[in-house]
Amino acid sequence: MAHFEKANSIYEWLDQRLALTKLWKVLAAEYWIPKNINFLWAMGVILMTMFTILVISGIFLLMYYKPDTKLAFDSVNYTIMQEVWFGWLWRHMHAVAASVVFLVIYIHMFTGIYYASYKKGREMIWISGMLLFVTFSAEAFSGYMLPWGQMSYWAAQVITNLFGGIPFIGDELVIWIRGNFYVSDPTLTRFFMLHVFLLPIVIMMLIGLHFYTLRIPHVNNQDGEEIDFDAEAEKYKAGLKKESKVIPFWPVFISKDIFVLGVFMIFYFYLVFYHYNFAMDPINFDPADPMKTPPHIYPEWYFLWSYEVLRGFFFDVGPLSAMDMGLIAFGIANVIFFFLPWFDKNDEVAPAARRGGFFIWFWLLVADMIVLTIWGKLPPTGFNAYIGYVAAVGFLALFAALPALTAGRSGLLRLIIAVTVILFIAGYLQYTKTMGNGFIITLLFIIFYALFFLSPVIVKRVSGGAR
Amino acid sequence: MNKELKILAIIVALVGITYWGIEPYAHSVMHPHHEPATFKYEDLKPLPVKGNAQRGAQAIVNNGCTGCHSIKSQNIPAPMDPVSASASYGVNPPDLSNIGAIVDPKFLANFIKNPTHAALLEHKFGDSKPYPMPAFYGSDQDLADIVAYLVSIAPKNLSDREVFADGCGRCHNVRYDKWTVLGDRPKFKNKVEEADFELKLAKYEENLKNYLGTTPPDLSMYIRSRGGEYIRDFVENPQKLLHGTAMPRVGLTEQATEQVVSYLEYVGDRKKEKRNALGVWVLLYFVIFSILAYLWKKKIWAEVL
Repeated sequence: MAHFEKANSIYEWLDQRLALTKLWKVLAAEYWIPKNINFLWAMGVILMTMFTILVISGIFLLMYYKPDTKLAFDSVNYTIMQEVWFGWLWRHMHAVAASVVFLVIYIHMFTGIYYASYKKGREMIWISGMLLFVTFSAEAFSGYMLPWGQMSYWAAQVITNLFGGIPFIGDELVIWIRGNFYVSDPTLTRFFMLHVFLLPIVIMMLIGLHFYTLRIPHVNNQDGEEIDFDAEAEKYKAGLKKESKVIPFWPVFISKDIFVLGVFMIFYFYLVFYHYNFAMDPINFDPADPMKTPPHIYPEWYFLWSYEVLRGFFFDVGPLSAMDMGLIAFGIANVIFFFLPWFDKNDEVAPAARRGGFFIWFWLLVADMIVLTIWGKLPPTGFNAYIGYVAAVGFLALFAALPALTAGRSGLLRLIIAVTVILFIAGYLQYTKTMGNGFIITLLFIIFYALFFLSPVIVKRVSGGAR
Repeated sequence: MNKELKILAIIVALVGITYWGIEPYAHSVMHPHHEPATFKYEDLKPLPVKGNAQRGAQAIVNNGCTGCHSIKSQNIPAPMDPVSASASYGVNPPDLSNIGAIVDPKFLANFIKNPTHAALLEHKFGDSKPYPMPAFYGSDQDLADIVAYLVSIAPKNLSDREVFADGCGRCHNVRYDKWTVLGDRPKFKNKVEEADFELKLAKYEENLKNYLGTTPPDLSMYIRSRGGEYIRDFVENPQKLLHGTAMPRVGLTEQATEQVVSYLEYVGDRKKEKRNALGVWVLLYFVIFSILAYLWKKKIWAEVL
């Protein structure tokens, strides 16, 4: 048994038993972060704050919310919004945070892609982060159902229906998810359970995992420089603070984060009080009505890009219907980011600006996702459908091209670009109905997907310097 | 610092483009622009003669208006209770005490003369399905007198809720303000009273549904789901915004419409003032927070940079 002496203060008493000093050192005072960073490195702390806001506001909402299709709408829009003391504030904070948290997640994610923070030992950081993204998506989707407004209902109807596209088990799976043949009371109660219990717990555990994955490979820096953290930490502790390449989490790193957080909070609370319609769609203030389909059904903005990948395939391809083609692409879009470390065949850790072709690839990806997001909301009629097709195929093509691009395999890269361009043309001919021959386009898609799945397997990894 | 501002500018630009695309632009595509309401009812012709309110008092009885309509302020009672009236006509005919204050006089004259035409309901009612209120067959002079009379008896000041009750409340419930199509939901002494009221309400609503082909929506949250501007323009001309709807043009004046909107705002967004007032303080708090945080950061980083 450990030996305990008489403590002279409460802190000392606790320290003997809980090793508070050591814990604080490990977690904060001697948790080392590179000095060479910019404000994009503050997104993690902002996300943590937003999640905390979501949990706390959620607790208050949970005290009055009633998960019953007959009561849900009024418990939110009357009880919480109008009767409960500051209920409106909690609801606005919850709804806006749920939307804005995705903006920060996307910034966080693309920061990781830009600075190549997903590879060479940092794969687990990336994967745990992507798991968080997927769980947050499920959390957002289940939460959006709870007010039981028109868009809650119809988005649930459309999205749960997508699972019907899975071969063999699809139809049964949809019923299993809904708890009924159509979206109804059991659907609401089970998504309520997911939203307030299972998913938040999974998110908290994943956040713990995400933090833990940072321990061994450490946080990346603006130049992708490999830092000897132990040596630099010794320098810092020896008083060479200006010479050391690292800073402790507390108080140096956090002092900057808190400033960035303050500025972000101004933006966030401006939205909460004065500009909330983007996060609280007016149409969802109409109670759910299974008999009345809204003229335009669309998911929340953060799902629009993958929704548009689904809708982009608007014509049948040989034996596959447009819906099947869309579902295949949609399924890929939802998991493809997990595999980024293996689609990127280059070991070099450097900002995209110093990685030649990858720089172009990065901005093409950003541009394509913005196009997908915007056209994901527009009605898919006329030329909009074709733009959606180009952006959706383009999204897949970017990933198909990544192994060849990063490994410097220019022949393969040219082939993939050529197939993509021909697919664009074939799609245009389908759109204008000048080419009704499903055979050619089917063949093209077979080649396209073969390249897509084979390239990350056959292309060899190269280390550094490849353009 | 310069580099950080550059990064910030890029993010702001990208977020701005995306926001513009999914909000203002997408909504302009999904909800095409329409001309704002003028409340002039320019498609209707004014009456060629001037009315006399005193003669109107007699004319309104002679022409049979009070056979269906009550004028409670003049002690003219309703011939039927609302539920029976709805069984006969589809909807309870309005009490005319306040009508001259909330409905545009030109519209009122045109409505009496040819209801389906003024209400823009010719696609719903015709020879095969006649509108419950018959067209006026009296003289223009009688008509002008009746309108003058209705304007003369109308009170000068009506509350927002009274305007709503007369203008919209016989078809629309507002459950968040305990308003039903039968009037205020009363306090019940016992379960029998309550069940009795619910039965009456159900009968009335069923009649209304058969009459219009659909149950008119409860308007409790319309201020959030449609917004004040839409409601205003919709009331002035429902067909313009929702082609083919069974909702009649009711001919409210601009002021009465504003009162309806402000009533719906009171019902569906009653924390608006609190929200706007509190927001300033929260933002101010975070501005000061950020300034202090920046000073702290400068002090801390001076040691390491």
